[in-house]
Amino acid sequence: MNAIAPVGISPSAFLDRGDVKGNAARLRAADYLRTVGLPRAGVEAWKYTSLRALADVPFAAARRDVDAGAVDTLLAEVETISGLGAGASRAVFVNGRFDAGRSRLPQGVRVAAFDPAAEMRDGIDPAGDVTTALNTVLADDGLALVVPAGVDAGCLLLVSIGLAGEDAPVSFHPQHRIVVEEGGRLAVLDAAVGRGYYLHNPLYDITVQEGGYLSHARIQAEGKKALHLAVSHARVASRGVYDSFTLTLGASLSRHEVHAGLNAAGASVHVNGAQLLAGHQHGDLTSVITHGAPDCISRQTVKNVLADHARGVFQGKIHVERIAQKTDGYQMNQALLLSDTAEIDAKPELEIYADDVKCSHGATVGALDDDQLFYLRSRGIPGEAARSILIRAFLHDVVDQIDDARLKDSLNLAVEAWWKREVA
Amino acid sequence: MSKQFVSINGLCARIDDGEAHKEILRGVDLEIPAGEVHAIMGPNGSGKSTLSYVLAGREDYEVTGGTATFKGQDLLALEPEERAALGLFLAFQTPVELPGVNNANFLRTAVNAVRRARGMDELDAVAFLKAVRKETKHLSMSDEMLKRNVNVGFSGGEKKRNEVLQMRMLQPSFAILDETDSGLDIDALRIVAEGVNSLRSPDFSALVITHHQRLLDYIVPDRIHVMAKGRIIHSGGPELARQLEAQGYAQFLSEAA
Ligand SMILES: Nc1ncnc2c1ncn2[C@@H]1O[C@H](COP(=O)(O)OP(=O)(O)O)[C@@H](O)[C@H]1O
Ligand SMILES: [Mg+2]
Repeated sequence: MNAIAPVGISPSAFLDRGDVKGNAARLRAADYLRTVGLPRAGVEAWKYTSLRALADVPFAAARRDVDAGAVDTLLAEVETISGLGAGASRAVFVNGRFDAGRSRLPQGVRVAAFDPAAEMRDGIDPAGDVTTALNTVLADDGLALVVPAGVDAGCLLLVSIGLAGEDAPVSFHPQHRIVVEEGGRLAVLDAAVGRGYYLHNPLYDITVQEGGYLSHARIQAEGKKALHLAVSHARVASRGVYDSFTLTLGASLSRHEVHAGLNAAGASVHVNGAQLLAGHQHGDLTSVITHGAPDCISRQTVKNVLADHARGVFQGKIHVERIAQKTDGYQMNQALLLSDTAEIDAKPELEIYADDVKCSHGATVGALDDDQLFYLRSRGIPGEAARSILIRAFLHDVVDQIDDARLKDSLNLAVEAWWKREVA
Repeated sequence: MSKQFVSINGLCARIDDGEAHKEILRGVDLEIPAGEVHAIMGPNGSGKSTLSYVLAGREDYEVTGGTATFKGQDLLALEPEERAALGLFLAFQTPVELPGVNNANFLRTAVNAVRRARGMDELDAVAFLKAVRKETKHLSMSDEMLKRNVNVGFSGGEKKRNEVLQMRMLQPSFAILDETDSGLDIDALRIVAEGVNSLRSPDFSALVITHHQRLLDYIVPDRIHVMAKGRIIHSGGPELARQLEAQGYAQFLSEAA
């Protein structure tokens, strides 16, 4: 099957690794990758982000035997970033593998072992996009958690720790499945940190059933050399809420793609996020929100703070099917450019096939406001501190969108820590 | 060079208006001794706000000549925050809105920044709150205004009061009030004037920019200067306010021409 040369970058580092185990989904995903390859920029879904950085890199399966001291150091870093101390429930993954010894799962939930033979649930096409396909082919662990009907499972810290050498690239592809049953509740603070040269390619398979509530805040604070390709597939039932937030701080190249489906009347989804990038970082937040039933609500605010030569990408599609009358959709993307060499590329797309909908979207790009800076400085606040105040003010109303107070506090702490490290 | 408290000599400034330069200040001379309150009156567009911005350190303006010293220091060589630490305060004609910045946090950050720069201890949250409550009460401001974002959704009068609140909290030794009276009703005007008058001391000077003689009934200045076309064209005692109110600027404008 090597007769067809893919149009994109060869995925052979992944496909020839030998740990691809077959079920129908995996075979389909592998075929898809073989055919299309890893995209270069310019393909419609990857208009501004290229996976060139993956070309000819011999990514190997990540090691299991890692330095326990380094893991504990990074875990402590997550506790500091998130403000969620050792007392919080947590599920810890090291190089994509569940670390039972360091984990403490919340009361009242059901957890199953990862089943490599399980097929993708309905609604996720293993060959629908490159990130999903890559995960499907190589996933060998993940959290499989069910919040039973009516249970409030509190707050769970989901940690990913990546540890690799500087010049022996590895990859790991955890597949997390979270189901919140009718009327159940859960808040997940998902933090990814690491050191060395690795690709982290997680997939989140999220189901929120009737009246269920899942708040999912991600802090992507991977190491400087890391690559991060994440994809979430969320399906929300009637009166269910999926409140998601992605804070991108780390990795040299990252993309988080969210596919959210509102499949029953009265469902809501929030696909918010912020990217704080410096140096030569490239961060991409891409989402497809599908209104497939009437009376659903989607909210999206994405803010980008870009310093130095950083490049931010936002692609947001809202698809409203003919049946989805009374859709209420809102999308806003804003960028604050802190240097002349920083760049934002934005592609909002509204595809509306219903006639009675309320959908608005907007975008702004700008630098820090000189009048505001002068006002602060005229009150004795030094230039750097004044800039910091304005950047945090810019981010304030997006972090504020997160409903869950615990997650909101954690994200504010993470923003603060980033600010101190990168700019101040 | 003069060792006066505030001393401005031949100050010229311009702005880059795209291609062309626009001369706005064309040689301003002004001396304000310690402990005195001076007023500047003058037609719209004569450069009053520009003068206050240049003194406060706004970067849009290019100083092309002259000097400005404050307490013997070359004001023009200092960053805006250094001028504030030295004791200069500008109440803006149009206060700037800061969405997402909490008014109380902003004020405390500013107060502690100047205190640090002046070698004083910072105020902790409790001490700050006590100090600010005292001032808001004097200014008849609601505590609710402290919880809002800086100047966002404030009425014109609320913005001006917020400026006076900042002035009082930052304890300047030289305050410039740029049309702080415009948009105020008579009660608010009294409160604001009282906010300035109670600071009057041998170590405090003020420059009050206004269009209205009314304010000068409440803040009685030691000197009044008339500004036109980027220069001070006439100076006199407090009685000048009534004369200007009655006769306008025309006589001075023609004298200056
Ligand atoms: N930032 C600016 N850009 C262009 N022109 C300006 C700017 N600031 C002031 N000016 C011009 O300079 C002149 C003086 O303005 P200003 O100092 O605001 O006067 P005043 O406060 O006495 O009304 C006006 O003609 C005004 O249009
Ligand atoms: Mg003015």
